[in-house]
Amino acid sequence: MLKIWSMKQKQQQDESAATGPKKKKVTAAQLRVQKDLSELSLGSTMKTNFPNPDDILNFTLTIEPDEGMYKGGRFNFSFAINQNFPHDPPKVKCTQKIYHPNIDLEGNVCLNILREDWKPVLNLNAVIVGLQFLFLEPNASDPLNKEAAEDLKSNREGFKRNVRSAMGGGSVKGQSYERVLK
Amino acid sequence: MAEDAESILTNGPYNSRPRWKYLDNILNRPGPFTDPDWVCGEPALEGLSRAKILVIGAGGLGCEILKNLALSGFKDIHVIDMDTIDVSNLNRQFLFRHADVGKFKAEVAARFVEKRVKGVKITPYCGKIQDKDDDYYMQFAMIVCGLDSIEARRWINATLVGMVDENDPDSMKPLIDGGTEGFKGQARVIFPTMTSCIECQLDMHAPRAAVPLCTLATIPRQPQHCIEWAHIIAWEEERKDITLDNDDPEHITWLYQKALKRAQEFNIPGVTYSMTQGVVKNIIPAIASTNAIVAASCCNEAFKIASNTNPFLGFPGTDNYMMYTGDVSVYTYTFQHVKKADCPVCGNLAKDLQVNSNSTLQEFIESLAERPEAQLKKPTIRTEAKSLYYQSPPTLEKQTRPNLSKKLYELVSDGEEIAIQDPAFQIAFKFKLVFEN
Ligand SMILES: [Zn+2]
Repeated sequence: MLKIWSMKQKQQQDESAATGPKKKKVTAAQLRVQKDLSELSLGSTMKTNFPNPDDILNFTLTIEPDEGMYKGGRFNFSFAINQNFPHDPPKVKCTQKIYHPNIDLEGNVCLNILREDWKPVLNLNAVIVGLQFLFLEPNASDPLNKEAAEDLKSNREGFKRNVRSAMGGGSVKGQSYERVLK
Repeated sequence: MAEDAESILTNGPYNSRPRWKYLDNILNRPGPFTDPDWVCGEPALEGLSRAKILVIGAGGLGCEILKNLALSGFKDIHVIDMDTIDVSNLNRQFLFRHADVGKFKAEVAARFVEKRVKGVKITPYCGKIQDKDDDYYMQFAMIVCGLDSIEARRWINATLVGMVDENDPDSMKPLIDGGTEGFKGQARVIFPTMTSCIECQLDMHAPRAAVPLCTLATIPRQPQHCIEWAHIIAWEEERKDITLDNDDPEHITWLYQKALKRAQEFNIPGVTYSMTQGVVKNIIPAIASTNAIVAASCCNEAFKIASNTNPFLGFPGTDNYMMYTGDVSVYTYTFQHVKKADCPVCGNLAKDLQVNSNSTLQEFIESLAERPEAQLKKPTIRTEAKSLYYQSPPTLEKQTRPNLSKKLYELVSDGEEIAIQDPAFQIAFKFKLVFEN
């Protein structure tokens, strides 16, 4: 043990010692989220909102697609990150009831990197890019809302019309949706 | 001979050491690998019996570790575990009996080993590792972990890295970490700040295998898919206001019945109550022998570090990680996991920074741009509790901007740690702000 210590002293001769009273340290999850936030590129279509700015592990993201079938809508997602991030992925949910093949009526999102393909090297930017992509290219082959997926597969034009009416707060196939137009 | 054998079984009289005969062979004479400076005999024995050692976890690995350490000559052992004994633990957690179900693991394990190995003192703490502070961890010579939670490992790792004080050799506590998953396991030794830490090695832990949500929602193929569906989707839909408690039988029964119904719809056989429990609690089958192998390896390293009889795993610049897999025959591989320069925990240690507590956050940020070691141009700053200033995203910048005109003493306390992220650097800088005035 003492041999190891003398090696250490050689290693870091000019670093000064940390002393003083013991205080809570910034956690590894906070450090990583802080880094991810500083690398976020939101562009003009996305915005974050921090209900408590001191808590960077819980926030919402608003996406306003400027092209595609969901153009003109404003979609909100809640992000809940735990202290085991980035080992665990962030928990992301859509907070509105919307008509989308990859998002169910409870707001669960089918995005591979939020579950089966999550890796600690992925960052929050990858997640928000993935979410944005869901609005540009809804994917009928990974359905969470089965009816919406069938609709998209069988009749793209009809699906588009149903998306518009759901976004306006109308009903589709007996389900009423939330108005999400800006 | 007969007398000898009997006294081994009964520990013998207090001052004779028949039980330790083979251990003494190692402690009383140098071997081919001992360091030339090593002094055998009394000093080695003393070092071992005086070393205060902490075991974190008294479960599958912990039972093995406590037994091994006690039988390796450690005399002052502490153990932390917050869990109580469940009937399902009894098949492999051999320090517990049926009558112990419901009692604290740490307490029962300590009493059992003390009874069986005379002269060993085991001090239990039934609670969370997070309840204890640096002063508590500072009393130990080393720490052995037998945990199943990555989060708890990351916590103790960050705590031990943060405790290292340049001027005090005793502040560096070797961390010996064992882990098992089915037939796989690993033993690793970390010298905090000197060698690759748990955070550096985070990518060595395979993330929990997950099935795509859409498979669960639309085309379940296995009984487990139906259970996960009940767990993730059905509960949220129907019992949103109740927090799911994995240990509440009523909750598991509800999930089981939901899953069973869904499985019937899709003609999938095999959903059972115990499978539901296993999927929901993410129970990986624990193999008693894997625990024994990994715990044995951890305890041998602890013994070698404490006694210096042989070279140990984790000496800086040498191998520090032993992986074992019994999935396909037997395979072990030992290698050196290299410390990551950009590790958020050990990459940049918190340094003292003298500040005037009457200066504003804005002035402080400007002073950072002039610091020779890191010219931080666009720093984002936080403490554990507060976001002091964020350069981005824009909404957070706006929310934290009012802090810029506040005085440091209004935002941080003397000696508090701050973490600074700057786009020019991959890694965060950490400082402990020491008030000059
Ligand atoms: Zn590290």
